[in-house]
Amino acid sequence: MESSLATSIGQIQLDSPVMLASGILGISLDVFNRLYRSGAGAVVTKSLSTEPWEGYPNPTIFSVKGGGWINAVGLSNPGATNFAKMIEPNQKVPIIISLVGSIPEDFEMMVKQFENCKVTAYELNLSCPHVAKVGLEVGDDPELVKKIVTTTKNTTDVPIIAKVGLGTTHYLNTVSAAIDSGIDAITAINTVRAMAIDVETQRPILSNKFGGLSGTPIKPIALRCVYEISLKHNIPIIGCGGVSTWEDAVEFFLAGASAIQLGSAVGDNWIDIFSEINNGILQYMKRKNYSSIKDMVGLAKKS
Amino acid sequence: MQRNPNHTTIVTIEKVIDETPTVRTLVFSDNVMSDALPGQFAMVWIPGVNELPMSVMISKEPDKAAFTVRKHGPASTGLFNIKEGQQIGIRGPYGNSFDLKEGKLLLVGGGTGLVPMMRLLTFVKPTDDVTILIGAKSKDEVFFENLANSILENNPHKVIVSTDDGSYGEKGFVTDLVEKLVDESHFDGVYVCGPEIMMYKTVQSAHSRNIFVQASLERMMKCGVGICGSCCIGEDLVCRDGTVFDGDYLSSNKEFGHFYRNKAGILEKY
Repeated sequence: MESSLATSIGQIQLDSPVMLASGILGISLDVFNRLYRSGAGAVVTKSLSTEPWEGYPNPTIFSVKGGGWINAVGLSNPGATNFAKMIEPNQKVPIIISLVGSIPEDFEMMVKQFENCKVTAYELNLSCPHVAKVGLEVGDDPELVKKIVTTTKNTTDVPIIAKVGLGTTHYLNTVSAAIDSGIDAITAINTVRAMAIDVETQRPILSNKFGGLSGTPIKPIALRCVYEISLKHNIPIIGCGGVSTWEDAVEFFLAGASAIQLGSAVGDNWIDIFSEINNGILQYMKRKNYSSIKDMVGLAKKS
Repeated sequence: MQRNPNHTTIVTIEKVIDETPTVRTLVFSDNVMSDALPGQFAMVWIPGVNELPMSVMISKEPDKAAFTVRKHGPASTGLFNIKEGQQIGIRGPYGNSFDLKEGKLLLVGGGTGLVPMMRLLTFVKPTDDVTILIGAKSKDEVFFENLANSILENNPHKVIVSTDDGSYGEKGFVTDLVEKLVDESHFDGVYVCGPEIMMYKTVQSAHSRNIFVQASLERMMKCGVGICGSCCIGEDLVCRDGTVFDGDYLSSNKEFGHFYRNKAGILEKY
C-alpha cells in the first residue's frame, strides 16, 4: 500500500504533517524556502505585532540541564506590515502567519496587511507566557478571545487557528471560546512559564527573569492537552510541545492531532530534523499499513 | 564526560589587559574554550547586564582563553568593565571554522576582528609565508602587532599595520592595501574578519582574482544556537552555518556587504 504524509487540518492541506513552530527562525523568506526544501510541511512565522518589536535584551534563552529550553525572546518581530512586504513574492511555501495583539482591531489591521500574500492560515497567539497584555493574558480572557476570533473570521476567508497554552484560566475554556466563535483549528500548547537561577551569581539568568519552557520536558503535558481537547471537541488539532523524534509525532497523532509543530528540536538537531521525522513517520505508516495520516489520528482514544 | 556547549559555565576573570583605551582582554581558565577553533564564538553572559557573542581569544597560558572586547554598546561596555575576580557565564564554542590553506597566506583583521586571526595564526605551518594586515583608526587603537610578530617568529612573515589617519604604519584603509597585495603576488588563501564593509571589499578583491577567501561574519545574534533566527543572512544562519563563509558563497549573497538586520529583524542598508 502507498503511504502518504499528506494531511488535512480542516481545510488546510499540507504535504507533510511536520511544521515549524512559531518563534523559531521565522523572519526571512529565504530561510522559509530552505525549511520547506528540508521537509517542513508548513512554516509558522514569528508572532507578528502591529508595530515592529525589538524584544528583550539578552540573555533571551537558557538551556536546561536535563533537556529543554527556557526562552524570553520577547516576541521580537519586524511588524505585520514589513513582514507582509517581505513574503509577497512567495508562491510555493505554505506559510502560516502567527499574530499577536491585545484587542480585536489589532488582528483585523494585521490580517489586512496580507491581502496580496499567499497565506495558508493565520495562527492567533493566545498563549505566549512572557509578554504583558498579549499572548497568555489574552488567552486567559475567554470573552476577549471570542471577540478576537469573531473579528478575525469576519476579516478573512483564510482558515484561522488558535494557539492555546497553560495560563490562569483553564485552557479548555479558551478552546471552547474559540470554537464557539468559529475557529478552524487549535494548536496546543505554547511554552510553559518558567525560570532559571544561576547559583554562582545568585540571580535569574534571563533578562526578563521569566520565560517559556519548551522541548522534551513539556511533551507529556502537551500530549495530555491534545488528548483532552480531542476527547471533548470535534475540531482539527495541531500538536506542539517537545517533538524531537518521529515517535513523538506519532504519539500526538494517536492522541488526536492531525499535524505537529516543532521548534526546540531545531536548536538541538538543526534543520535535518524535518526529513528525519518525515522518514520515521512514513516507515511507521508502511509497517502499520496506513495510507494516510488520518488513519491514525485519535486511535489512542479507543482503548 | 564532554560538556554540553549549551549549558552555561561560570568562570572567573583572572587577568584584565588594557590593549588600547577602548579595548581590553579578559583572561580566564577553561580548557574547553582554550581549544576553540578559529572562527568559533562563545555566548558571554555578563550577569545583570546582557549576553553577547564573542570570538574566543587565545591565551599564552595552557588551558586558558580570553575575550578581547571593545566598549561600544551596553553589552560590550558591561564586559569591558568586568574586573579581575568577577564572574561571567559562557556557553559554546559555537560555529564552524576556517579552512586553512598552505603556502602564501594573507590574514586581514580590523579592530577586534583580529581575535579569530590570532587564533588562526596558531594553526599555520612553519613553512607558510604569512602576511597579516592590521587595520585601525589611529595609533592609539593599534593592538596585537607584537603578539602577531611573536606567534610568527619562526615563519617567513610580515605584519603590516594601517591606520585611517596615518598616525602609525601605512596611511589609509586596510582594504586598499589588500587590493595592492593581491595585485602584486599570488596568495593561496585570504582570511578576513572585521567590519562588514571591510570584509566585503576584501572578499571582492580576492574572489575576483580567483583566490580562495573566507570571512568570519558578525550579525545581530540573540540565541547563538539557531532558534531565534536573528542572525540570518540569505538562507543561512551565521550562528549555525557560519561564522565562516567562503568567498564563492558571499560574492553571490544579496545581503552580505549591503544589508544587516536590526533587533526587530528588519533589513536595513549599511
